Amino acid sequence: MPDERTLEVKVWRGGESGRFQAFAVPRRASQTVLDVVTWIQRHLDATLSYRYACRVGMCGSCAMTVNGKPRWTCRTHVDKVADGDTLTVAPLANLPVVKDLATDMAPFFDKWAKAEGRFVPADERPADFHTVPPGTRASRAANAGIECIGCGICYAACDIVRWNRDYLGPAALNRAWTLVNDVRDAGNDVRLAAVAGDAGCHACHSQEGCRTHCPKQINPTASIAGLKRATMVAAFKGRL
Amino acid sequence: MSPFNPVWPVRSHRGYLAFVVHRVSGVGLAVFLPLHFLALGTAIGGEAALEGFLRWTDHPLVKLAETGLVLLLAAHLAGGLRLLALELLGWRDWQKSAVAVAAGFSLAAGLLFLLNLGL
Ligand code: SF4
Ligand code: SF4
Ligand code: FES
Repeated sequence: MPDERTLEVKVWRGGESGRFQAFAVPRRASQTVLDVVTWIQRHLDATLSYRYACRVGMCGSCAMTVNGKPRWTCRTHVDKVADGDTLTVAPLANLPVVKDLATDMAPFFDKWAKAEGRFVPADERPADFHTVPPGTRASRAANAGIECIGCGICYAACDIVRWNRDYLGPAALNRAWTLVNDVRDAGNDVRLAAVAGDAGCHACHSQEGCRTHCPKQINPTASIAGLKRATMVAAFKGRL
Repeated sequence: MSPFNPVWPVRSHRGYLAFVVHRVSGVGLAVFLPLHFLALGTAIGGEAALEGFLRWTDHPLVKLAETGLVLLLAAHLAGGLRLLALELLGWRDWQKSAVAVAAGFSLAAGLLFLLNLGL
């Protein structure tokens, strides 16, 4: 059913410096924030830059700041977040702005590499599929964090990232924790050393901004707490 | 501070509130500590000096400040316990309510102290 109302949308234009530009967008039923941004680009200003791919919450590319909070725009309904009939859309915080709503995600993913977030196979040429025993503490911990889509929302919501640009951040540390709990992986000595530094897990204040905003209901705070314990144990055993 | 992203909306959740309470109470206690040592120091100066100081603490305003102090201590203690539970015990869902319990505990301790004043 068509809705007669229009939405007043303020969209960030430019790079690190720029201004908000206002657009009027027809309001529709079940409209997502990404629908609104796309409507603006198709009907009002083709030069508007933003990023998306899957539109169903799988790829993690559409995150933006909506009315002050980081959100996955393809799965965020306007009805849920609009302030009356107004919407403010800005690029994600804590990342360099490329143009308009598109941020440079390189610093975010570089930190996944710095946290040794890649799988290191214990057995290069396994004769058969490796069995991961289900229901163990380790497999439950790995499962809890594995559905991360790399959207950067937690990174934008974290005050420690804001205060310390070197801080590895919730997503990279969550990734490291899933690997620490992966029985097929053999990279833990290097990994724990990588996340134990000043800019690693011990910098986290457990403020839970990441967990509060993660659209996948992942709890990076818990993963980071796990890393804090694991690095402590490793230090006691003289492995750090 | 970014021109397009205000910082406060992402901070409006319980975990951040708990962080602020913990930080502010910690700083408050650190500021109080020299005063505490000063009071203990008066004991070295003889009984009369300590007596004088203790009488000063009978002043209602000082009593009120003491209540605030107990609140700070209780809040900081509760915040510390919350962090320990969160980080050392691993995450359980019941810990979501840890923030609420921490707040309640600090309030209760402060009120208890207030009641004791009247006795
Ligand atoms: S819990 Fe740690 S990683 Fe998550 S937002 Fe807070 S400080 Fe950042
Ligand atoms: S942990 Fe959640 S918020 Fe952070 S990148 Fe992964 S899916 Fe996004
Ligand atoms: S477009 Fe893929 S998660 Fe939103």
